Amino acid sequence: MVADPVLLQALAELFPNGISRYAVGGLLVGLGTVVVYAGTGIPAGASTFLESTLSYVSDQSRFGRYVGSRDWRLVFTAGIVLGGLAFAATFQSGVVTSSLYEPGTTGRLYEVAGVTLWATDVQPWRLFLGGILVGIGTRIGKGCTSGHGVCGVGSASKTSLVGVLTFLTVAIGTAQVVAALGVSP
Amino acid sequence: MADRHPLFKPLIFVGGIIFGFGLGFSHMARPEVVLNFLQFDDLGLPFVMFGAAVVSGVAFALLPRIRDAAPLTGDAYERRLKPFDRNVIVGGAVFGVGWGLSGICPGAAYASLGVGNVAILWALGGMFVGAYAQGYLRSRSRDRDAAPASVD
Repeated sequence: MVADPVLLQALAELFPNGISRYAVGGLLVGLGTVVVYAGTGIPAGASTFLESTLSYVSDQSRFGRYVGSRDWRLVFTAGIVLGGLAFAATFQSGVVTSSLYEPGTTGRLYEVAGVTLWATDVQPWRLFLGGILVGIGTRIGKGCTSGHGVCGVGSASKTSLVGVLTFLTVAIGTAQVVAALGVSP
Repeated sequence: MADRHPLFKPLIFVGGIIFGFGLGFSHMARPEVVLNFLQFDDLGLPFVMFGAAVVSGVAFALLPRIRDAAPLTGDAYERRLKPFDRNVIVGGAVFGVGWGLSGICPGAAYASLGVGNVAILWALGGMFVGAYAQGYLRSRSRDRDAAPASVD
């Protein structure tokens, strides 16, 4: 196969960090979902945790429906945090390397007890305000990037496909407008 | 629940660890990388979401044919199907604005804390505030609908 240099140049611009870290990471996210589903039959999403955890401290009737699942959802979320830390202690720290992993240049790295940790440069007001809207939207919209995007799309659910198309389109529009307004990072 | 299999929570914990490791490895735990996708500077993100959807899709399609029920719960293997209504569009759009502004979604936020991003507590705090606000309002409207005769 002859590689067209113009095509290669275009690909390098669209995928400045390659695709392997994204594809491998996606396979692992899918594998984590499958482990839970194979053992329990539960297609787990991440955003229900917000409401199920609120049921510990609030007796609003809306949160009451999640009392039965709140314990395992806490365990699932604790696992996700620990999985992020395991990544930090291995690939992010450079203790483990692979041609499939591209380190990247975003944010700031710092070190605690020999583990290389990472911190964002995105401003706190964007995280907080965006977080509020994510909290409202995912719960009204019946799912987030994992519930709709991974489990729902994997189930070929029309509801989830519409949900994903909606939040993806709106997010692209929002990010473009915010960037055009000169907000960075 | 008390009568659940002793391996129920350990298995979910292991699944969560793999899930979170994948979010770290794919850099989805970094808001900058998500924002770079939304601004068309790096188109890698769909490989994460759809890659994961393909893997789970294979399991969702195959497992019901292999076994009748999940070993740790006895529950039947079912697909994740939710009824469609206006909320899917409205909620999806609100989530989209929040995701486009912050570059972070719930699962990635939990993993982001794990990779050391303490500032993500702003986003997590916001998510709890937002989830509480919608739950508070929906609880009130449901209680009102449930007891129409008692309104003053």
